[in-house]
Amino acid sequence: MIKNAIAVGVAAASIAGFSGIAHAGKDLDAIKARGSLICGVGTGTAGFGLADSQGKWTGLDVDVCRAVAAAIFGDSEKVKYVPTTAQQRFTALQSGEVDMLSRTTTYTLTRDTALGFDFPGINYYDGQGFMVNKKLGVKSAKELNGATICVSPGTTTELNLADYFRANKLSFKPVVIEKADEIRAAFFSGRCDVYTTDASSLYSVRAANVPAPQKADDFIILPEIISKEPLGPVVRHGDNQLADIVRWAHFAMLEAEEYGINSKNVDQMLKSEDPVIKRILGVTPGMGKALGVDEKWVVNIVKQVGNYGESFERNVGMGSVLKIERGLNKLWTKGGLQYAPPIR
Amino acid sequence: MAVEAVRATSDTKVAPWNDPVIRGWVFQIVVVGLVAALAWYLVSNTLENLARQKIATGFDFLGREAGFAIGDTMIAYSPADTYARAIWVGILNTLRVAVIGIILTTFLGTIIGIGRLSPNWLLARICAIYVEIFRNVPLLLWLFLIYKLVSEAFPGPRQAIRMMGDTVFLSNRGLYFPVPIAAPIHKWMGVGLIVGIVGAWALHRWATARQARTGEPFPSILAGFGIVLAAPFLVWLLGGAPSAMSWPALKGFNFEGGTVIQPEFAALLLGLVLYTSAFVAEIVRSGILALHKGQSEAAAAIGLSRGQSMRLVLLPQALRVIVPPMTSTYLNITKNSSLAIAIGYPDLVASINVTINQTGQAIENILIIMAAYLTVSLSISAFMNWYNKQIALKER
Repeated sequence: MIKNAIAVGVAAASIAGFSGIAHAGKDLDAIKARGSLICGVGTGTAGFGLADSQGKWTGLDVDVCRAVAAAIFGDSEKVKYVPTTAQQRFTALQSGEVDMLSRTTTYTLTRDTALGFDFPGINYYDGQGFMVNKKLGVKSAKELNGATICVSPGTTTELNLADYFRANKLSFKPVVIEKADEIRAAFFSGRCDVYTTDASSLYSVRAANVPAPQKADDFIILPEIISKEPLGPVVRHGDNQLADIVRWAHFAMLEAEEYGINSKNVDQMLKSEDPVIKRILGVTPGMGKALGVDEKWVVNIVKQVGNYGESFERNVGMGSVLKIERGLNKLWTKGGLQYAPPIR
Repeated sequence: MAVEAVRATSDTKVAPWNDPVIRGWVFQIVVVGLVAALAWYLVSNTLENLARQKIATGFDFLGREAGFAIGDTMIAYSPADTYARAIWVGILNTLRVAVIGIILTTFLGTIIGIGRLSPNWLLARICAIYVEIFRNVPLLLWLFLIYKLVSEAFPGPRQAIRMMGDTVFLSNRGLYFPVPIAAPIHKWMGVGLIVGIVGAWALHRWATARQARTGEPFPSILAGFGIVLAAPFLVWLLGGAPSAMSWPALKGFNFEGGTVIQPEFAALLLGLVLYTSAFVAEIVRSGILALHKGQSEAAAAIGLSRGQSMRLVLLPQALRVIVPPMTSTYLNITKNSSLAIAIGYPDLVASINVTINQTGQAIENILIIMAAYLTVSLSISAFMNWYNKQIALKER
């Protein structure tokens, strides 16, 4: 679309025009000088990143932006959100239009290397699923031969879909529309038999986007998860300090959950005698200095954003409309994959 | 020339910095140098930045496996094919909608433009309302509206609207209809078609010459159509009349066999044609109104019917006014077809966008897309300029 072409053009022009983003810390310096973090988010996926009627962004991915702002500025509100489509997001980051992305982006080798990015962490372990109308009577993805499938362009989902059908010698017809709203509308109007994307987003769409008179119960999500989709924030190559802050802001939320620190008890925890907690919360100084931020960085993150478990439950878990199980995203101590290296 | 004139009149020696010839050269060299330096700065800076950010460069990606599927292709394509082929599929899809769009727009626009000048009050009003409605709402909105109508109004494939004794099916998957199975004779039928067109043209020339000589009219248009249709039909009969057809049939989720006009293509084509026809109608109307009304009066005076005077007297003269703005309109259709991406028709922009996203090589891909649109647009311009010369007033 025109907007997209402009975005790409601007990106190309700015890659051409400006030199010397190279030096370590330059991106971080720019963020500090500006006084706010520019965070590329999605165009609206309930639970992960969605603006309400007042323009206030909430979601699991949005919380990563807020945690980074809390670490850098001590204020989680110092974030400017820029909605990006799946196709625009990488050019927006490459060109410096945004400082970081946090919008259900899958960590892959190509993106980490040839696109010139770094993935500092994985804030949601996901996999690709299929949603169909119950009326079709489909029970398994293996029965989808010949189906028409709605998919967003420029995603790993689009590629996995082609791979999966090739591997299983099935055929399909893609319907590919860039705007998330439009592709969902196409699916719910019956233009496609199947809607495929990350399973988390399928739950989100089913919970929040089914147009009346259809109901969430009219749709089922098939049992097959056909891919690994480790989703996480993304930064440009070249500013390792910013990458470190994003990485440890995420780890801090995990560490806080692991050691039982949450937004309600963080003030009492400051009095804790546990040396680990004292180090995490900066009572024993050193960690903040090493990272180049305020010693109270974890206190700020946990107080304003919450620990990972709180963020999960509030946005996508049982405290939300999505009601997604923690599953793979449980802490490692509970049998999940979320594991933070120690803050020491 | 101005420079030479100045030199011719001044014989006196002047200082080099006052010599207009030397000064002219110096300025030109400086300007060229500045442009070259700017270009060099941009290119080298870009390459340096890309290298520093470790973003891949070059066109090697074109040979790699694309990995994504395309829903509507004119040539065989699978995700195992290369990016180059995926982009080619996109170019063909863009050309398909542009060419068909240009032809339909020309017909519809001309009819509406002439209709607006009709003495029939109702017809003229309807055409005027059409023009005002379609040209005053942005094309993108028309596309969204038409796509919504197409995808929401029609039933699913299992409840498809059946027509022509269960051979044509209309559903939200598109319009499925039977097509002949490819046979070697089809190639020769194409040759027959070309022969037919040449024959019709020759007939028309002969009829015109005879009419000029003897005054006897000959229905060369009808006869011409007959020849154009009859020639390939004869070839088909001579080739043993192979009549194997591929019939669409509901199988599983969707129809198989036959061929299909998909909703995305239909919506884009319809949107482009309806919208642009409004502009063409105004161009045609202005072309006709530009003629002195003596022309139509004179045509009426020698006993030509309204249709004849339009076809033989007014339109040929109006074309001189119509063709130049028509060229721009055709270019607009071609470029506006890139709005396809909003409703999911897989055109060139769609292929390129996905490629950019997968490879991260925005600059190379933007160059490809610019080159592609430039080539198409310049070809259209060149053809229209040639045509404009053909119909220009020939002074004898």
